[in-house]
Amino acid sequence: MTFSKHIIIILGGAAFGLGLAYSGAAVPEVVLSFLRLEDLGLAFVIGGALLVTLLTFQLLPKVLHTPFFGGTFTRPAKLPVSKWNILGASIFGVGWGLTGLCPGTSFAAIGMGNWPVLAGIVGMFLGALFYGLLRNRGLAGIE
Amino acid sequence: MESLFPLGIEQYLVGGLLVGAGIAFIYLMTGIVSGVSTTFTSTWSFIFTDPASFFRRETFVASRLWRLSLVLGLVLGGLVYMIFLNDGNATVTALSPMRLFFGGILVGIGTRMAAGCPSGHGITGNAMLEKSSLVATATFLLVGILVALLTQAVLA
Repeated sequence: MTFSKHIIIILGGAAFGLGLAYSGAAVPEVVLSFLRLEDLGLAFVIGGALLVTLLTFQLLPKVLHTPFFGGTFTRPAKLPVSKWNILGASIFGVGWGLTGLCPGTSFAAIGMGNWPVLAGIVGMFLGALFYGLLRNRGLAGIE
Repeated sequence: MESLFPLGIEQYLVGGLLVGAGIAFIYLMTGIVSGVSTTFTSTWSFIFTDPASFFRRETFVASRLWRLSLVLGLVLGGLVYMIFLNDGNATVTALSPMRLFFGGILVGIGTRMAAGCPSGHGITGNAMLEKSSLVATATFLLVGILVALLTQAVLA
């Protein structure tokens, strides 16, 4: 991947992170107030983002043949609905409900100076390591 | 209505549109769909060199560099907010690092097992009209709400 593509991804990622910070989604307490059904505003973060991505992903490949920098419009591999899908989302849901952290918001939180969230990010890397080691033993496969 | 949205909806909606714009910009320019949680797996491919290892799958090795750029961008976005929109003040959570660490482990295991998180399933997967993303999103919303309510009841 070229240097300019990395710059594009850093810029887009910065808008992504700024949006998470500005909306409050990167603040664990705000996410927890949503999950406790005290302030449902977070639904507008997901909804607003989804509105933009839905239009972009569905319409852009019909209008443009290739992305600006060439290549193709990718789409992540299709996954079947499976027990791993549901179990994984449930395990994530427990961690999310305990901490208000998810992967994207945790990195934006670090930029906001929320240093205790580093402990959560270390946990996420270790959790992914544990899951990968399970996969190395042929366990918990999603496909 | 007012009690469900005590802080109003403006900052939530504006922030959400900006999140979507960042993801759409990356897609328009590079064709890449930016999910975040795969980073936690793909980064281990720098350390695990056995070609048979799960961490060395082509999809992880091929994407591991741009995923780090995405993470750098996310951090920079938070930094821009702190410096320019929050008078340089850090936003520090009152939750203990130990709670964040153990919750983080569950987030790491769960998002990788489900192959996605709120960005990968909730925002991009649903925008791709993926059935597995809809199921994952409904599941983690439901479980997250239950656990947050239970935690509050136990700690109160």
